[in-house]
Parts: sequence; structure tokens; C-alpha cells
Amino acid sequence: MTATGEPILRLRDLRVTFQTPAGPARAVRGVDLDVRAGESVAVVGESGSGKSVSMLATLGLLHNAEVSGSVKWGDTELVGASTDTLRSVRGRRIAMVFQDPMTSLNPVLTIGKQMSLVMKAHQPNLGKKELRTKAVDLLNRLAIPQADRRIDAYPHELSGGMRQRVMIAMAISNDPEVLIADEPTTALDVTVQAQIMELLLKLRNEHNLALVLITHDLGVVAGSADRVAVMYAGRIVERAPVLGLFASPGHPYTSALLDCLPRLDRRHDVVSSIGGTPPNPADLPEGCPFAPRCPKAIDACRSDEPNLVRIGTSDVACSVVAAGAAVGEPV
Amino acid sequence: MTDVISPARRLRRGRPEWLRGPALVGAIAITVWLLVALTVPLWSPYDPLAEVAPRLQGPSWHHLMGTDQLGRDVFTRMLWGSRTSLPVAFVVILSSVVIGTIVGAIAGYRGGWIDAVLMRFVDITMAFPPILLAMAITASLGPGVRNALIAMVLVWWPIYARLLRAQVIAVKQREYVESAEAIGVKRFAILRRYVLPMAYTPVLVNATMDFGQVVLLTASLSFIGLGARPPSPEWGAMITEGATQFYSWWIATAPGLAILVVVLAFNYVGDALRDSFDVKGVL
Amino acid sequence: MKRYLARRMAVMPFLLFGIASIVFLVSRMTPGDPLVTIVGERNLNNPEIVAAAKAQWGLDQSMPQQYASFMKNLVKGNLGTSFSTRQPVMHDLWERLPATLELTIYALLGGVTVGIVLGVLAARHRNKFIDHVSRFFALIGSSLPAFWAGLLLLYVFYARLGWLPGPGRIDPRGLAPNKVTGFYTVDSLLQGDFGLFKDSVMHLILPATVLGWGVVGIVSRLVRASLLDEFSMDYVRVARAMGLRERTVVNTHALRNALLPTITIVAFTFAFLLTGAVLTETVFSWPGVGSYAVNASRTLDYPAIIGVTLLGGTAFLLTNLISDIAYAFADPRIRLS
Repeated sequence: MTATGEPILRLRDLRVTFQTPAGPARAVRGVDLDVRAGESVAVVGESGSGKSVSMLATLGLLHNAEVSGSVKWGDTELVGASTDTLRSVRGRRIAMVFQDPMTSLNPVLTIGKQMSLVMKAHQPNLGKKELRTKAVDLLNRLAIPQADRRIDAYPHELSGGMRQRVMIAMAISNDPEVLIADEPTTALDVTVQAQIMELLLKLRNEHNLALVLITHDLGVVAGSADRVAVMYAGRIVERAPVLGLFASPGHPYTSALLDCLPRLDRRHDVVSSIGGTPPNPADLPEGCPFAPRCPKAIDACRSDEPNLVRIGTSDVACSVVAAGAAVGEPV
Repeated sequence: MTDVISPARRLRRGRPEWLRGPALVGAIAITVWLLVALTVPLWSPYDPLAEVAPRLQGPSWHHLMGTDQLGRDVFTRMLWGSRTSLPVAFVVILSSVVIGTIVGAIAGYRGGWIDAVLMRFVDITMAFPPILLAMAITASLGPGVRNALIAMVLVWWPIYARLLRAQVIAVKQREYVESAEAIGVKRFAILRRYVLPMAYTPVLVNATMDFGQVVLLTASLSFIGLGARPPSPEWGAMITEGATQFYSWWIATAPGLAILVVVLAFNYVGDALRDSFDVKGVL
Repeated sequence: MKRYLARRMAVMPFLLFGIASIVFLVSRMTPGDPLVTIVGERNLNNPEIVAAAKAQWGLDQSMPQQYASFMKNLVKGNLGTSFSTRQPVMHDLWERLPATLELTIYALLGGVTVGIVLGVLAARHRNKFIDHVSRFFALIGSSLPAFWAGLLLLYVFYARLGWLPGPGRIDPRGLAPNKVTGFYTVDSLLQGDFGLFKDSVMHLILPATVLGWGVVGIVSRLVRASLLDEFSMDYVRVARAMGLRERTVVNTHALRNALLPTITIVAFTFAFLLTGAVLTETVFSWPGVGSYAVNASRTLDYPAIIGVTLLGGTAFLLTNLISDIAYAFADPRIRLS
């Protein structure tokens, strides 16, 4: 399913800088991303690549950070918006599900109470009874058995998978248009991971929900995303439709990530990993930040940082690839 | 676990970062009071025990805090009061730290029933409100500054025993100490080289906070007649005298302010130290 | 949880035994004849009293046997006879306990309430003006000599301004209410005497303020620290991400968790209040256990001192137990285990 039409969420040149004792850490350095209704966009990268930070910045959830650029929800600018504006978008238009369902729920409040608080935040007219009926209904929709009893349970009484379902139920309880899922399956067992992903995709289809999937695992991306944005050191280094990306990765970093995946057509023991470590955002190297780890790096890579260039159906930020393709045009 | 070296080093290097704002004011106040306690006999405006002026006079230029019911200069007596409170608190804290270190180290190292017995004793001692136990002990030993001091040590050392024991156990479990033990380094050497440097910071922070509390307790014991007795210029005893001259408010105000300033100063410095070294409360 | 509570209850007798043992040790610390500390110096010449005391406390026997007699008397509720009131110490304590409890409870309620409010404000505006003010207020609370503060407040609000009444529980010309609970604010209402109720409330204001101020300090610092811990938790970020109002995030989500450690601190605070009550009651002529202890110290009334000390230690153990039970009920992770 490929969505067309105007983007509902539009990130332009989003930048996030943290002040650290080691100097300013530029965690996000100019991210452009469009999200359209009903589509599924995956943002992929190693930890520290800025993928989560850019999404938190989108909802204005970062403290002690300098955020610049533009995030537009329809015609509403979210960067620097008032608390009231942000609150009317958070959870109501754009909802977010986090990585660790163990710590994302309040240990001393029942599931039902926490769901009610979220619904009341945007639907203040709902009464106690309605809130409860709606909460049970949501839990049922997320295939939580005995929902009418589970609603009075405390988080520690549920398994990890169940808690993540509760989290998702909370996230969709105000019928948002965009659901940002930050590593929604990382903390879960492998068998449960597949169920949760399936659930997210089902919700997308049923509600015409746009899904932004943040993950470090390209394996998760393959079956669930329409488009992929690969992030490295605070920038998008490749943006491509999912099929194109897997068939012919543009950026050397994407290729390296793909090489890390276990594949049926290769023996498991040859799964490789990328040598070296991601750069420190407070101490970025000159030129392309991937150059120190890049097998294809040339001298130019160490002096100039490349911008995204259209190559076929992909946008790639790599001097070597752009030079080789020779058809690159700036986007 | 905190870094073994950095707190000590931070203290040594110029003006440390915790010594700012109110903590700096507190440190200055403490220094001034220490200087007063050490040197006041050299420049004391009046004799603290002599009748130097008409009785019960309000504050004036000649008598900054007025005179009391015996015509003594209240300001002078307040200055001299520091010569009781500060040394007493210092001795109480120092003795408590020493005793606590010894008992805590024995408990932590020996473990087993010795540890169990010592620590139950510590727990139960700490169950008493400090002032009640100190009152009972002082009363049993007989009123007076010396006995009040002994009582306060008996009440205070368990805090440091508990603190040191926790440090010893934490260090004991670390591998490098195990290996040190394996190559035959004597226990005392381990204590000196590994445990004490680690315990240094939490003990310092606690001692700073406790110093103020001991000053307060000393004054309280004197106030109820178990510590210093009139006519000696001690802050708590002076407040008792002030209480009997209710309408001459300045008599009690001067020593009360002195206590407040000293205790507040130690609390601010202790609070800043705790925040800076990230020492969690022991209680 | 039942097992946890059972275990907690099971150690109580041992702890009480430990408390009593320490008190015994303290009572035998006197240099010289322990007889003096039991019958008082004046009665030493009275052979009848001396003989009776020796028999009851086993003073002719060895130390271990004296210890046994001490414990036996204790189990029977015999703490000896006060030198100054000539009444059994147990009777005196029982008589004076309600006055102390009434004062302590109001100070605790007020102190905890103000402390929570200040702590929340300080945490929400960390390192801002209000945080510094709250820290100053809190540190003053733990630095203020209660006996001096009491004098000062009495001087200003009673002697100078005349807004509040002087020392005591009620107007000295008035009659105390009939004893039901021993709490004047409750008993006066029970007999429908609103004038007396108002009078007892007015008399409580100053001593409760002096006593509660220290509590404000302890509680506000703790609430601030644990709220700041909670603010960094994931569920707080989730609640914000779901569009909850900041007020709801703080009051409903974070504060619930942050108040759990506050329950524990109440036991510690109680000990702190007893400490304060000793001095506060003296200044305000409050006829409670604290002023009893101070009078006993001034007159070297040993049985009374020992009795109060025992009461203090026991009270601390009991509040500790209660706060542990309360904690277990408040935290669903423990309650449902």
C-alpha cells in the first residue's frame, strides 16, 4: 500500500543540539522527512544516530535541547510552539509508543486508570463509565484476553508483550493520524515481536494510520515499511522505497547494514558487522561522518560532507556513489 | 560506586565547584566563627562574666545586643559561647568518626555473628530519638558539659559505624581487593588504602551536616540544664536565662541567632557537598 | 505480602527487648549506687523504702539478676515511681501522652502538607527562584533551635501583637474538657463547646508551627529529590507524549511514586518530632511527655527519665512498623506479591 497526496507531517531541516560538558553535541543535523496518511515510514540507524531524538523533538518532548528547523503538522508549526498547541497534537494527532514496556507504564496505577488519563486528556467530556467501556473495547481490539479484568491489573501483573499492547492501546485511544513507534519490539521476545509488528500493521490498515517506525533492525523494516530513511550521525544518508533499498542499496552504510542481516541465501557464520564505532556527536569528524568506517571512502569524503542526491528512486548522500552514478541531481 | 580519587582531588584543586552561592557564604560564616572562638580572649570587648553596665538594657552602640539581668554584655557572651559549642561539636564528631570507623571496620570485615551483634546494637541505639538518649545518659552520668559530650558521642557513633561497614563490604566485594588479599596484603593496609579513601567523601558530607546538629543538641542539653550551667556563656544556657527575662527579648535573641547561623552554615555547606559528590542519605 | 508482614511483626519483640536492654544499660551508668537512681537521694535515709526498692529491683543481687528483675518489672508495666510526682511513671506517661500526641499529630499533618507542596514546587522549578527559597526554608527548619524559635514567636505574636494566646493548652482561666480521647480539639467538640475548641486550636498554632517546621524541611527535600528521580522515568515521558497536562503528569503520575519513600520518612520524622517536642513543650508549658522529660532531667528524676526514653524508643519502632505496613499497602508491587 503506497500512500499518495499531501504529507500530513513535514520535517524540514530539523536540528537538535545538546549542551554537554564536552561541548555542543549535534544529535540531529538537518533532517527532512515527509509522512503521508496511511503510509509506513521506517527510520533506521544505530543507537545515537539521532533517529529517536528527531522524533522526540517533533513532539517537543526534549528538555535542555536547542531545536531548530521546522516541523509542520498540516499548517501548524510545532517547533517552538506553545505548550497548549503541542498538547493538542501529542497523543491526539501524533501518538508515540516507546521501546521498553516495562518502564513506560506507571507501576502504581492500574492499566485502566492510565488509559483513562490519556483519553481524558483529549476527550474531557467522557464519563467514568464511558472511559471504562472504551478502554475495555480498545484492549479487546488489541487481542488482550479477559480485557474487562485486565483493566484493573497493575503493569507488573502483565507480561512484556501484554504491556506493549496496552501501550499501543493507549497510543491509539484518541484516534491519532500518526503513530510513532520507537523500537516497539526491541525489548520483547522474538515470538512476541512478530505479533506486535503484525498488530501495528493491522491498525495502520484499519485506521488509515501513518506509521513511523524507528528501529535499528533492517529485518523488521522489510515486511512492514513502505519507505525507509537511513540515518547516520544525525543526518539522513539514504531515503528510498523499501523494495529499492533492499534490491540495490545506494549508500555504503546501507549496504553495510544489509550485510549485517542474516539471510537465507548465505551461511549464518558469514554475517558481518560494521567495523569501528559511530562518531561522537560532540566531536564529529570533518567531511562525511561515515568516512572513517567506509570501505569505499576516497580523499574527498574526508573534507566535504555530501548532500542527498536523487539516484533512481533513491536519495543518497554519498560523494562516491553520486560520482559513479553520474546522473545524480540535488534534491 | 563513586570514583576513588576524584572527590579528594576536587577538594584540593583551587576553589571547588560546590563552593558557590549560599555554600560559600556558609563556609565564610564557619570560618569567621572559628576565628572568633580561637581569638576572642585577645580582643573581647568586655569580660563575659563581669557586670559591666546597668542591667537589662536594650541594644545600643556600646552594647550591641544589650545587657542581661546581671548587667553582663550579651554580645560578648555570645562571642564567648562559640568557645563551648564549636570545640564540643568537633570532639563529638571526631570521636564518633573514630569509634564508628573501628566498629564498622570490625563488623564489615569479620562478618558473621560479630557483625550481627554489633549491627543490631547499632540499629537499636539509632531507634532512640537522639535527644532523649542523650538526656538519659547525661542525667545518669551527672549534668555537665563533659558528660553531655560523652553522651553525645555514645548517641552519635552508630551512624558512622553503619556508614563505614557499608563501605567496607562494598570494597571487600571488589576484585582488586580480593586479589590484594590473595597476595597477602594485611587487612589494615587494605583498610587504609582502599576503604578509607572511598569512605572519605560520605563521612565528610555526613560529618558536616552532623556538626550543625551536634551544635544544636549541645545547646538543647544546656537549655534543659544538663550541659553548661550558668553563669558560663554557653548559647543554650543563655537562652534559658533569656527565657526568664521574657520581655528583654535581646538576651535570648543573640545566642539563638548564633546557633541558627552556625547550624545553617554547616547545613548549607553539607547540602552543597552532598549534591556535588552525589552522596545519598544514609538514614 | 502476608509473609513479609508476619516476618516484620515477628522481630518486634526482639527489638523491644533490645530497646529495654539499652535503657537498662543507661540506667546503670550512674557512677555510684544505683539505689540513688531508683528511690532518690531524699529517701536514702528511709530504711523501709530502701528495703522495698531493693527487693523489687533485686539490687542486692548480681548484675544479671538485676537485669532480670528490671525486665520482669517492665513486663508488668512497672517503670518505678517518679521522685517529683510520687506517682508510678507509667501512670504519668499515660496521663501526658495525649497532649504530646495531639501536638505531634497536628505538627505532622501540617508539616507533611506544606512539605509536599514545597517539594513539588521546588522540583517543578528546579534551580529557579522558588527552588532556592524552598531550600532555604527547609534548611532553616533543620537549623532552628526549637526552644528559641518558640520564645521568639511567643514574644512577637503573644506579647507584642496579642494575636495568639500564650503558653498552655487552653486559657488558664478555663476548664479542660471532659477526658474522652485526651485531645482537647476533639473532646471540646464532643461536648459541643465551640469556644473551647477555638481556644485549643489557637493554643496549638504556635507550638505546632515550631514543631512542624522541621518536618517541612525533611519532607520537602525528600519529595523534591524523589520527584526529580521520577521525572526522568520513561512513564513520565510517555504521559507527556500522550498529551497529558503537566499538572496531571506531576500530580497523578509522578507524585504517586514519589510519595512512596515519603511514607518511610514519616517514621524518621516522628522521631524528629519527639525530639522537637521535648524542647517545644518546655517553652510552651505544654503538659505532655516532652516537658515531663525535661522536668525530670532538671530534677534528676531518674525513673521518669528512663520511662520517657523507653517510650521514645518504642514509639520509634512502632511508627517504623506502621510505615512499613503502610508502604506495603501503598505499593501494588508489594501488596499483590
